[in-house]
Amino acid sequence: MSEKLEINKSKSQILQKEMITSNYDKITSGECKVSSTFVPGNLNELVMCFDMANNLPEINAIQNGMRKKSGGMIMEAERQGHSEDVCTYVKADVGQMAKGNIAPNGKPFPNPDLLLLSYTGCFTFLKWFELLREDYKCPTVMLHVPYDANGNPTKSMRDYIVKQLKEDVIPTMEKVSGVKFDIDRLREYMRNSAKAEDNMVWMLEQSKRTPSPIDCYFGGVYYMGPIFTAFRGTQDAIDYYDFLRTEIQERIDLGLGVSTPEGDMGEEKYRLVVEGPPNWTSFREFWKMFYDEGAVVVASSYSKVGGVYDYDGFRHDPENPLESLADYCLGVYTNRNLPTRVDMLAQNVKDYNADGLLINSIKSCNSFAAGQLMMMRQIEEITGKPGAFIETDLVDPRYFSAANVKNRLESYFQMIDQKRRGGGSATVAA
Amino acid sequence: MCAKSLKEVVDYCQELFDDITFQSARKWKDAEPGRKVIGYMPVYVPREIIHAAGFLPLGILGGGADMEVIHGDAYYQSYICRIPRSTIELAVAGNIDFVDGMMFPSICDVIRNLSGIWQLMFKDKYVRYFDTPQNFKGEVGGEFYQRELHELKEGLEELAGRKITNEDINKSIAVYNENREWIEKVYAYRAKTPWKTASWEVYILMRAGMVLPPEEHTQLMQDYLAAVETEDRPKRDNCRVIIQGSFCEQPPLNLVKSIELSGCYIVDDDFMMVARWLQKDVPTDGDGIHNLSDAFLNYSAESAFKFENVMEEKGTHMFDAIKKRGAEGVIFAAPSFCDPALLDQPMMVNRLKEKNVPFITMQYAENSGQMQPIREQSGTFADSIKLWSAA
Ligand code: SF4
Ligand code: SF4
Repeated sequence: MSEKLEINKSKSQILQKEMITSNYDKITSGECKVSSTFVPGNLNELVMCFDMANNLPEINAIQNGMRKKSGGMIMEAERQGHSEDVCTYVKADVGQMAKGNIAPNGKPFPNPDLLLLSYTGCFTFLKWFELLREDYKCPTVMLHVPYDANGNPTKSMRDYIVKQLKEDVIPTMEKVSGVKFDIDRLREYMRNSAKAEDNMVWMLEQSKRTPSPIDCYFGGVYYMGPIFTAFRGTQDAIDYYDFLRTEIQERIDLGLGVSTPEGDMGEEKYRLVVEGPPNWTSFREFWKMFYDEGAVVVASSYSKVGGVYDYDGFRHDPENPLESLADYCLGVYTNRNLPTRVDMLAQNVKDYNADGLLINSIKSCNSFAAGQLMMMRQIEEITGKPGAFIETDLVDPRYFSAANVKNRLESYFQMIDQKRRGGGSATVAA
Repeated sequence: MCAKSLKEVVDYCQELFDDITFQSARKWKDAEPGRKVIGYMPVYVPREIIHAAGFLPLGILGGGADMEVIHGDAYYQSYICRIPRSTIELAVAGNIDFVDGMMFPSICDVIRNLSGIWQLMFKDKYVRYFDTPQNFKGEVGGEFYQRELHELKEGLEELAGRKITNEDINKSIAVYNENREWIEKVYAYRAKTPWKTASWEVYILMRAGMVLPPEEHTQLMQDYLAAVETEDRPKRDNCRVIIQGSFCEQPPLNLVKSIELSGCYIVDDDFMMVARWLQKDVPTDGDGIHNLSDAFLNYSAESAFKFENVMEEKGTHMFDAIKKRGAEGVIFAAPSFCDPALLDQPMMVNRLKEKNVPFITMQYAENSGQMQPIREQSGTFADSIKLWSAA
């Protein structure tokens, strides 16, 4: 039985992997123009309207991180004069270019035809594409998404984004691609998006169950792959999330908990909410530290990084396509103010019956990291559950200290045990 | 009234610089009932609108070199720059308890998220994250920016309990135009006769502009220029450099002194861009908000925290400063962990290399203590510039 389930689990993973690979094949095929953009504020439906392939440099950095190639690329960028202190995704990208710009499918990346600078939730994006433009010298179009500083995006912000889409982004994409913009085509893609989003939210909410049938951080990375990259708005994405739903439902029906790279996890001992992106260079090792202890991540902010669909029920709306793209961008997790992030995560701790909040703070990512200590204290206060703080990096292997992370996690699990037995709590932190 | 001596002016600036409890701003506030103080962080807020409300705009540029950070480290990890933690320290320790509101400009994610910390910690205070557009078309970014300015005005009106009229704004625009004019006079004077104006003096003179009402700051600059003119200071065989990358967290004063002592006249910098970002006068008639927006869209200096739509235009402000001030080299002095400065730097460096302009790079924190390596680095730089120019 478990063999069958392993195969089932593998099926969604295999499918996801095939989809990501197919996108690399499309990008490197030379058969269509290529637009590069970012995961938060990813306007995939719009990119598809112009028959362009969507290349996401963050995903390339992740791929390089998981394949243990990013370390060398980062060193290369630092040799070129990039600071040790800045986002390692950017340096992995710069280093990748210097090392021949080879895609994960082994073929060379073509130069992008367009840098779609969707400046959403992270200042680094702005500099990142200015840096790439220096080499690619291709058209670069800015979409400035104002920061939702008051937890309540205004009409003024939305109008500003829509106007940029109409006056700058769409005309530039028409010019670069040679394809005329068709709003009905956009509506159709957005209709598809909303269908997949419904299933994705269903999936996220299944970890409210005990035991949780899925892990929403380590496992979540795979589940989010298609919708956060080049597939939102496609029939493929609808099919994938239908398939995933069936697969998860099957686990639920059989009363199974989380599936890990080493098979079923066994007894679920700890339920955590995690804030911050994972480390990619030691992803498996990092995950193992959790499942070896029976810890499952029931909710994470990282599974909202490419769009928030559960907190306030956003769906892409084909009736108001451009306005809806604006709302999507305004609502991505890193574009939300700290009080909203705190509320979101505190709600997660309560609604998913978690033992507490763990923060994985990323050394080179200010967008997530600045303010996380404050967030942890606030969430501890609101929920009465203990928090813990670990520090790693995204794709720079020099900043993943397995022993440190493991120690802190073990202390945290002990603290949760103590709390359950009615003892006091103290934060586990750096 | 007799003219102030250079020592009097400089001592006063030093006193303001050293005072991290902001006594002068407290006195200003206490002088009349109903006065309010609005703090702002780097890099840019339209101080004209705060001034038009009858408030004092107060620049909060961190805690400086000497402030001990006790609480702030509990808010920030070691890999985040120092200015947010020392700013929190100022707040938690009560140094800025008299400040009625804080503005956080859209310069980077650290200051952006600090606005959220403020919302969580100081719920009874006015907190405004201030967004400037990255689209520079009048009918796109301009319209958005004007709406932002109106929102800011309305928020301040609520605090003031009165309307801010267009006339108020235009009057304040005139005050800041004059202030910028005198700043430029000080900078031009320094570039012309750098041996007469020590850069650390100019630095604290500009810092005074962060805490004084603009009218007083303008007077202070006038006093300084009048006093320095009468001084007889020896001309040294120094090279001429501009400083880039120090627009947010400020370097310790000792760093400015060390660079100069090691043989470099600083002839331009980007230390306090709020006072110098708009490159031309803002018209003082017509719709003040519209004019402020226009000035930002069309006349704000090209800089690391602004998207440059045209790749070829990148670096123009830096090269303009090099040309205008006759600089021979550039010192990139950036705060550690500063995304805008450090991500921008490689692009600027490449442009300097293309044009054979000498440069060096260094990093600091506002409380960096060790100046020996800085002196050595900038001393070697000064020597090499002299060698090149002699060759
Ligand atoms: S700073 Fe953080 S959010 Fe921004 S690109 Fe880097 S990893 Fe992504
Ligand atoms: S020093 Fe740099 S990173 Fe730090 S707050 Fe200022 S601009 Fe942001």
